[in-house]
Amino acid sequence: MAALLPRATKRLRLSPSTDSVCHGCRRAFASSIRHGQQQQPAPSQHVSQSDKTTHFGFKTVAEELKASRVRTVFSSVAANYDTMNDLMSLGIHRLWKDHFVRSLNPGIRLTSATTSSPQSATGQTILDIAGGTGDIALRMLDHATTINRDNATSVIISDINPEMLAEGRKRFATSPYYSTTTTSPNRRVSFLEANAEDLSAIESNSIDLYTVAFGIRNFTHKQVALQEAFRVLKPGGVFACLEFTPRLSNPIMNGIYKRWSFGAIPLIGQVVAADRESYQYLVESIERFPSQAEFAGMIEDAGFIVPGKERGDGGDLEGGWEDLSLGIAAIHKGVKPA
Amino acid sequence: MRKRTRPAVMNGQISQRTFQRLLALPPPLRLRTFSILNRPPPNYAGHVPLTLVERGALALGSAFGSLRNPHRHDLIASLGEATAKPYFISRLRKAMLANPTGRRILRDKPRITSQTMSLEWLRQLPDNTVGRAYAAWLDREGVTPDTRDQVRYIDDPEEAYVMQRYRETHDFTHAITGLPVIIEGELAVKAFEFANTLLPMTALSLVAVVRLKAAERKRFFETYLPWAVSNGLKAEEVVNVYWEEELETDVEVLRARLGIEVPPDLREIRKVLRDKNKADMAARDAKNRLGAGMGV
Repeated sequence: MAALLPRATKRLRLSPSTDSVCHGCRRAFASSIRHGQQQQPAPSQHVSQSDKTTHFGFKTVAEELKASRVRTVFSSVAANYDTMNDLMSLGIHRLWKDHFVRSLNPGIRLTSATTSSPQSATGQTILDIAGGTGDIALRMLDHATTINRDNATSVIISDINPEMLAEGRKRFATSPYYSTTTTSPNRRVSFLEANAEDLSAIESNSIDLYTVAFGIRNFTHKQVALQEAFRVLKPGGVFACLEFTPRLSNPIMNGIYKRWSFGAIPLIGQVVAADRESYQYLVESIERFPSQAEFAGMIEDAGFIVPGKERGDGGDLEGGWEDLSLGIAAIHKGVKPA
Repeated sequence: MRKRTRPAVMNGQISQRTFQRLLALPPPLRLRTFSILNRPPPNYAGHVPLTLVERGALALGSAFGSLRNPHRHDLIASLGEATAKPYFISRLRKAMLANPTGRRILRDKPRITSQTMSLEWLRQLPDNTVGRAYAAWLDREGVTPDTRDQVRYIDDPEEAYVMQRYRETHDFTHAITGLPVIIEGELAVKAFEFANTLLPMTALSLVAVVRLKAAERKRFFETYLPWAVSNGLKAEEVVNVYWEEELETDVEVLRARLGIEVPPDLREIRKVLRDKNKADMAARDAKNRLGAGMGV
């Protein structure tokens, strides 16, 4: 053992001896690498013929490529989506979604006025966009069936990503709305793989309620998606959107919220889902989303009537949306004119 | 002296005055003046600068995560990166700089991937060479020199390379000691690496001893831990071996040069015990059946 001692002490030498590389040279070495990185052009993808670019989080990408990159992000988050939502929002996302569905009150309640209406037989047709894992759709059907005693209302779940739809199918497999033994007419939920900007598979003027929860910030062309929403909705139909907002109005709470978003969320993504990049993209995409007033303006531009809105001093819309949790998320609604 | 900037400039731009005041700070303070919303630009591709709080949280999360699920190699990797600073990775880098071969490795910065290590060529080397032993070990364990996770959370680019090199040469340590990839073998290699490199992650991963069965734990504490500690301490720094040049060296020669003894073959011991248990059980079954047949 005595022979081992000199080696051990050599390994455990704590006092720093004179550095082999001086600080100046090491800094030059590091900065030469940094310089090499900065030489590369800013866009992370080389731009194709059309030359139109858009934002992908804080990066800039060619427009055609954004949809496929979003699809890739959601393919990798699909498996842990619900666990990660619980961890990132500390479970509060459940409260937001419950409130969203309750405030929409899907389903036709049979009263003396509605018993004879033709639609009470077929129920409402709800289209849930970017609803892959089905948490909004399930809440809608539960609310319609249990609270409004409406067994006819059905939901079409649409998503650009097949893995998210697969998660949705798994969720519904144990529900009474969609099982492999139930025959087609009794199924109250169907799954549609489509891009929200191109809903040609759905007829115009056929949807009673169009919902999109935490999806619209990932769309390449939000205005096009809003126009498609306008097309597929029946006159008098409702457009409802639950989405994060880019900043809170209270600066102190905003500071805390942003530090949680950019620090804790990618870290949780790394530890739980082994994927820091996808969650970094998610928080950056929140940052890039228009503010509540701007988004309400976009909804109006698509032709919807935005309830509760007033024109404020600067010409911005005020009051045409509902802030949740100090403004972390917001519910926007619009009605297609009859 | 931490500078806060307004939320509107979160994309990394800081005002002129703030920038000049930052530059006026002495270097150690300047390095610390960043927050989650003002990350400095990356020092190398894939670099993510973390604040102290983030690093601590990453270390804790990775530690518990990898204990719960030992198949999450990426968590063991991030645990290593989160705990390597302030002292340990710098000490390892200085140990490399103190050795001529280590200096050459740092200058050339070779990478070990499935492209740079051609398995077909390694398999046809003579039997007693390092390269053949490596290929034989890979085939025996059913693993490939797959690309290991990239280092992301170590700020200095050279220290990041040292960590990457340690990660990529871990399989070579397995190969020349003959230890298998099962949890017992991995723990023995980690104990050896702790005594040899002093990286905290290697010591922290020994907590996984609680996941061993009683007989395995006994074997670990009686045989493999003493082997690992004594060999790790007396051996040369394994990180200083230029493996790409040693592929055709005789394994015994390399082991003698480094000062490493081979531990008892773990797979053999386990196989012998398993066969013995199976024979015992068969004998017991036969006796019971015989006894039942005789009405006893």
